[in-house]
Amino acid sequence: MSTTADALHLKPHDAHDAHHDADHKPGFFTRWFMSTNHKDIGTLYLIFAITAGVIGGAISGIMRWELMEPGIQVLNRAWPIGAGTANFDEWTHHWNVLITAHGLIMVFFTVMPAMMGGFGNWFVPLMIGAPDMAFPRMNNISFWLLVPSFLLLLGSTFVSGGTGLGAGTGWTLYAPLSTSGSSGPAVDMVIFSLHLAGASSILGAINFITTIFNMRAPGMTLHKMPLFVWSVLVTAFLLLLALPVLAGAITMLLTDRNFGTTFFDAAGGGNVVLYQHLFWFFGHPEVYIMILPGFGMVSQIIATFSRKPIFGYLGMAYAMVSIGVIGFVVWAHHMFTTGMSVDEKMYFTAATMIIAVPTGVKIFSWIATMWGGSLTFETPMLFAIGFIFLFTVGGVTGVVLANGGVDTYMQDTYYVVAHFHYVLSLGAIFSIFAGFYYWFPKMSGKLYNEPLGKLHFFLMFVGVNVVFFPMHFLGLDGMPRRIPDYTPAFAYWNKIATIGYMVTVAGVAVFFINLFWSLAAGKRAPNNPWGEGATTLEWTLSSPPPFHQYSTLPRID
Amino acid sequence: MSPGVQMRLIGWAIALAAAGLTPAAAQTPAATPTPAATTTAPPASTAQNPGTPAAAQPAIVPGTVGHMIPTPDVGEPNGSKGIQTQVTPIGQEAVYFHDYWLLPLCAVISAFVLILLLIALTKYRRSANPVPSRNSHNTTIEVIWTLVPVLILVAIAIPSIRLLRHTYTPPPADLTVKVTGHQWYWTYEYPDNGVSFDSYMLKERNDPTRQASQRARTDDDGPPLLAADERMVLPAGKVVKFIVTADDVIHSFAVPAFWIKQDANPGQLHETWAKIDRPGVYFGQCSELCGARHGFMPIAVEVVPPAQFQQWIASKGGHMPGAAPSAPDSTAISPVSTASPTAAAAAQPAAATPANAAPAAH
Repeated sequence: MSTTADALHLKPHDAHDAHHDADHKPGFFTRWFMSTNHKDIGTLYLIFAITAGVIGGAISGIMRWELMEPGIQVLNRAWPIGAGTANFDEWTHHWNVLITAHGLIMVFFTVMPAMMGGFGNWFVPLMIGAPDMAFPRMNNISFWLLVPSFLLLLGSTFVSGGTGLGAGTGWTLYAPLSTSGSSGPAVDMVIFSLHLAGASSILGAINFITTIFNMRAPGMTLHKMPLFVWSVLVTAFLLLLALPVLAGAITMLLTDRNFGTTFFDAAGGGNVVLYQHLFWFFGHPEVYIMILPGFGMVSQIIATFSRKPIFGYLGMAYAMVSIGVIGFVVWAHHMFTTGMSVDEKMYFTAATMIIAVPTGVKIFSWIATMWGGSLTFETPMLFAIGFIFLFTVGGVTGVVLANGGVDTYMQDTYYVVAHFHYVLSLGAIFSIFAGFYYWFPKMSGKLYNEPLGKLHFFLMFVGVNVVFFPMHFLGLDGMPRRIPDYTPAFAYWNKIATIGYMVTVAGVAVFFINLFWSLAAGKRAPNNPWGEGATTLEWTLSSPPPFHQYSTLPRID
Repeated sequence: MSPGVQMRLIGWAIALAAAGLTPAAAQTPAATPTPAATTTAPPASTAQNPGTPAAAQPAIVPGTVGHMIPTPDVGEPNGSKGIQTQVTPIGQEAVYFHDYWLLPLCAVISAFVLILLLIALTKYRRSANPVPSRNSHNTTIEVIWTLVPVLILVAIAIPSIRLLRHTYTPPPADLTVKVTGHQWYWTYEYPDNGVSFDSYMLKERNDPTRQASQRARTDDDGPPLLAADERMVLPAGKVVKFIVTADDVIHSFAVPAFWIKQDANPGQLHETWAKIDRPGVYFGQCSELCGARHGFMPIAVEVVPPAQFQQWIASKGGHMPGAAPSAPDSTAISPVSTASPTAAAAAQPAAATPANAAPAAH
């Protein structure tokens, strides 16, 4: 890991670096473990997110392998989580542990750290012309809280969660399965893990908001900020407002589990649906937390490779603001089958559909940005274009699911799984790859290998579609989520989906080959490898930027 | 414990190192597609379905009430790409709304975006358009692409709200069934008929976790993992009200062909309803994660003509509402008949016992 870190980051470039005197770096331990440098912390976040992503992706591999054929043929083997016992309930419990771990890892330890911690830390200060984040030490603790948090989550799979080892509650931790339904310390460890991850994100959010409001370079008004900075600003507000609700909800779980409270236990006057309201009051903003920075990155990339300013800048910025605001008042569309009144269902149906409007504005503005442009198709652009189309597909199935009366059928089926993987696995992850390729030369000072990048894109584009598109069919045919085995009628499309996973893994393998090859032997990157379309401030700096940048603040007119 | 943990650590290491290895390895199990791991040792002694003594079971006659043979492609998944055949008025309205309005709209919108993208990608590629325009505003088009989606959404919302209204205005119920979810089986109670029983998944003949006393699934029962030992039997053409709850964790009572899905929340009663005109067997599965055997507590509903429904109620020891009960109202304290497989015993009100009592003799 340290090799990656070293290579990813700034090597001394004494011969080239104009900011020679600003480039004194501390020793290894001080630099990477006690960092106050936003770029180093961003790098740490990216390494963390990639590591977690590999683990989360490996877990989905075990799941796809199990689902390739009807019957239980993988869970009963000597698998990592609760190895090789002969107890059927333990096998199926391991399945629940896998889906729980996959969800939590991908949400809290891959997408969020990559987007906010990684790209946000790296590029918000660079783009607004600030020397660093507002609270550099708090920035460091934000990252280092995430490490024990992740260890707690991984560690929970080695302790009892009731039926077997690990927490098998699903990432939503619904009570009472997560309270009276899961004895043993595993669920407690997951709750603590989320407490730490939540604290980490709240500190990060405070840091971003303060930085963006107070540390913009002279002349960089809010309405001149790059859209990526706007997206991080909106996301930071969502984090700040949503995560405390999650923290409260899971604390109630904790006291229900350990101290005899009955928040979610009807026997003591509690209500199991209350937990779901609290969870989704956090959980729905959370899905925008995972996609808004992606919107920001895609906006930068489309503009850069179209060699045009973004179309409808203000509309784009305020579309994100309105998505953030509306995102707080639609939570119960995740709960249409819990026994809501007809008035509630009508409200949440209507409110949810309204989100399609600002989302549509963004999609059309991206296309309008390309319209009349002078397009080239480097890897980041390919990922961004793929993002636009796949996010559209995920968006229209979202409109289907928004209908409370239709969701009766779709809720908790693979249709929902297909929908949220189209917006996350194909949306958020594609935007992360787009951003990674886009900024890789800036972060590492090396150019990546373009043919390998394109190969990665095409393999992955085909692969994820083959994984997730058939899941719509499975859902419409009635296949429930979160089951380790299925009736033979579902076999065909499940097999196709597993084949798609193999293609996706091949694509990700190409990514890693490209990553390590480019770090070791990539060509030196110029300050701005993308030409006249790349107009944001980070491209005025060297690649990689000096250890401390903007000792004289840039001035924006 | 300690060697086990060690093994798991090794397993973890393997899994982490072999993210990319999975697809290759995934080829191997194809050779043994037998369900539920015939290769491994059978489980020690987990009591599966408590009760269901085989000795107390009369021979099952396929085709009789309670054992109707399912029609392929109706009431069960069939590997198609679309929604299951709907047999309730709500389901038919909803599937019409989905298939002829939502789905075409989705397809048209996705195709529209794709075509715009493809035009932009070809027409404005650098070799075709070396000098980019600088235009970045056009108020008219921005207003259009805000308002047109609003209109489309209104056009979706109107039938959507109508569907919700219809869903929530059921006709008066002819029959009430109380559905209780447990880890991991269902209890169906007919409070007006004095009938109550548990419904478990039928296991495969070669399933090592099946106990000798448990009847194995046959194709006459339904597809694997969907067939249940005791089906909920309903009269065709009648309005059935389901009262749904659970007694441990949250489950969800779902029958796709009826377009119903109602979470079973412990400590709460919720209602949903269906009016099924077409006799047949319809399968569903628990649709809220409820622990280890969440995937193994199917819902099997058999819809029969009303006359046969009366027969079935009688065979369960129940009575039709209004008709004089053949015995005092059965409650939890009523004596459980000593499992005698005779018809006489079956006619006794042996039901309505709590979860882990032996089910009625039939």
